Amino acid sequence: MSRFRLAATGRPGSPRTLSVVVLAGLLSLPLVAPLAGAFTLEEFQFSDPARAEEFKRLTEELRCLVCQNESLAGSQADLAQDLREEVYRLLQSGKSRQEVIDFLVERYGDFVLYDPPLKPSTYPLWFGPLLLAGVGGLFLFLTLRNKREAREQELSAEEQQRLRALLADDSTPTKDKA
Amino acid sequence: MIPELGHYALILALGLALIQAVLPLAGSYTGNRAWMHTARPLAWGQFIFSAIAFALLLLAFLTDDFSVVYVASNSNTLMPTIYKVSAVWGAHEGSLLLWAAFLAGWGAAVASLSRNLPLPIVARVLAVMGMVGIGFLLFMLLTSNPFERIFPPPLEGRDLNPLLQDPGLAIHPPLLYMGYVGFSVAFAFAIAALLGGKLDAAWARWSRPWTTTAWIFLTLGIALGSWWAYYELGWGGWWFWDPVENASLMPWLAGTALMHSLAVTEKRGAFKSWTVLLAITAFSLSLLGTFLVRSGVLTSVHAFATDPARGTFILIFLCIVIGGSLALYAWRAPAVSGGGRFELLSRESFLLANNLLLTLLTALVLLGTLAPLIYEAMAWGKISVGFPWFNTMFVAVTPFLAFLMGIGPLTRWKQDEPMRLARELRLPFIVTGAASLLTVILMPLITLDWYLVPLGIGLAVWLLTSHLQAIRERLRHKSRPGAILTDLASNGRSFYGMILAHLGVAMFVVGITLVSNYGQEKDVRMSPGGVQEVAGYRFLFHGVTTQRGPNYMAARGHFQIFDGQRPIAELWPEKRSYFASQKPMTEASIDWGLTRDLYVSLGEPLEDGDWALRLYYKPYVRWIWLGALLMALGGLLAITDRRYRLARGLGRARTGVADNAAVARS
Repeated sequence: MSRFRLAATGRPGSPRTLSVVVLAGLLSLPLVAPLAGAFTLEEFQFSDPARAEEFKRLTEELRCLVCQNESLAGSQADLAQDLREEVYRLLQSGKSRQEVIDFLVERYGDFVLYDPPLKPSTYPLWFGPLLLAGVGGLFLFLTLRNKREAREQELSAEEQQRLRALLADDSTPTKDKA
Repeated sequence: MIPELGHYALILALGLALIQAVLPLAGSYTGNRAWMHTARPLAWGQFIFSAIAFALLLLAFLTDDFSVVYVASNSNTLMPTIYKVSAVWGAHEGSLLLWAAFLAGWGAAVASLSRNLPLPIVARVLAVMGMVGIGFLLFMLLTSNPFERIFPPPLEGRDLNPLLQDPGLAIHPPLLYMGYVGFSVAFAFAIAALLGGKLDAAWARWSRPWTTTAWIFLTLGIALGSWWAYYELGWGGWWFWDPVENASLMPWLAGTALMHSLAVTEKRGAFKSWTVLLAITAFSLSLLGTFLVRSGVLTSVHAFATDPARGTFILIFLCIVIGGSLALYAWRAPAVSGGGRFELLSRESFLLANNLLLTLLTALVLLGTLAPLIYEAMAWGKISVGFPWFNTMFVAVTPFLAFLMGIGPLTRWKQDEPMRLARELRLPFIVTGAASLLTVILMPLITLDWYLVPLGIGLAVWLLTSHLQAIRERLRHKSRPGAILTDLASNGRSFYGMILAHLGVAMFVVGITLVSNYGQEKDVRMSPGGVQEVAGYRFLFHGVTTQRGPNYMAARGHFQIFDGQRPIAELWPEKRSYFASQKPMTEASIDWGLTRDLYVSLGEPLEDGDWALRLYYKPYVRWIWLGALLMALGGLLAITDRRYRLARGLGRARTGVADNAAVARS
């Protein structure tokens, strides 16, 4: 167990000895979402409700870099609070949503964005699904075409009898509708 | 002494699993009936010894035997008994033991309930399950022994992660694991069919109830986990697209596709090789999910490297299971494929489209979950793939799925008439259009993605009306009122199971749509005596008192909620600090209702007795989990269908004949 070490707990500076327990717990969570936390966002006041909404959306879509998997809006880590203040300051100084994002990506990389940016290295992520859907559609088309042309495989009398014996049932499967 | 007995029981279980994997399989090829007959007792033996090991680990927890490392790391004398029980599967080693015990349990169930199956098939199915058992037992014994001792033993244990000290999370992992492991039966049937080279409607009928049972457990497990996240984590969400959540969603999606594909294979003998591939996929994703969560690779790719023994074992095991079964598939699938001609407009076509969409969703979740790991491992730069990406993808794909879901049940097998189908769909279509239009007119336009509300409501209404139409279509004697009941009763339970499960999806869609678009929240600072209003409800804060729990201290808030002047609820949210770990934990307090939840969670104490608080209004959030519950109930109804019981009851007498036939063919 001691071989495990958690790189970062929710709160920087928490005792190292906890890391084993915390990690053991995190690993054992079939569902982990942000750690328990509630704090007030009330201190971030905006005169314009649209800006307030922007702030809320942004902090939800930005990642707390030192947490297991928490957004800035949901984390109680000190770093998250620093970043919230940063985002607030930038928005208040008239920066647009995109400018805030650019600023943070400049400093912390794409990792900070829950919404991965569209650029050559993320093309597989954004366009891969289209490719998958295309392959699926092609498969569907070919299968449907082949199935219409396929000859019906009728079971021989002997096979029918064997099937009935195996199923121990009087009706053949095709009869019931459900 | 007790832990050593547990360790010994595990070794014995491994020994039996080894024999179970080899002897019956060899017998099935050489026609040696005696060898084949060993499969059932061996499966039972493996189960009994795994169960003994599990019981002994449980005993170690109940007696606070801190000389066992695993107990010392995950328990504490002060912990309530129920959590000492659930702590058994609270971390890595114990959850593997639970997995192995469940796997052996499913094996024993197959051994007991398979009396009408031809002996060679039973032998092969159980042999495959024995092989999977070997993998897990070896993994435990070589790298993750839950019975490892420590000397000198610590006086006190380190306590279970407080997040896990909750009734919901005590039963969530077992349900989830029952689902994961249950797919091993479908997998074993598929591999046995490939080995035998014979895959027919009978095969599909045998594996169908097992698959559905596993799917029911998985559905309940995921729903419970989501519900737990909602009330325990204090942020009011119910799904975060966390890798750990995705790990359970992937086998569910693949398993859902498998259930529908099996239906076609049973009814029409079509989709055979596709069904086999889905069975392999569902189980492989279950394994992947277990290991992704357990290996620590999700935290960081580097965690994998810190424990090379476990990581290497996992990689090799996954390669053998997935690679081996896919190789077998590539080799044998041509022998089992074919069958069932159908026209473009037929239920088969719609089920195939459904399958492809579900598979696409599975692939999307896999892509989104693994992409950050791949990017990090390949040094392409660290990225995060979170809810915005997943939501975009799911909102793009799932409407098609729901739309086809409404048409499929009204379509005839093999070939349908376009005009007939159009007649059946006319009324549902009109009602859906009207409902969507009405939603557009009535709804307050408060979000950017305003179209999501009419879309969601429209799809739910579409599912409801088209399935009501499916029932109505089956009333053959519409003119005679007295005959309606007879008509209704003549449909099998699996038909109503399907209807119920699909209506569960409709309910689920309503819940998601309304709570995501009309939920309200307030992050506020409140002083005792203060009042805040959310969605027309007034929250009166009475202050916070301190209370002692069995192994924690709690700050307990008191709220009264008013609807106008009328008091409707009192809420007691808590903020706990557990003695052993000193970890703060939020216990939200919820006034729940069918149409809305009111939710309060305590944040941080501020100066002057003030508190930071989160207040939520969550409209129709319960419908998400109630919908999942309906899906599970639908599955339950389907597996109690008459034809599965008949097959079991009457089958015994004919087993001999069937055995000989199967041996002759294999």
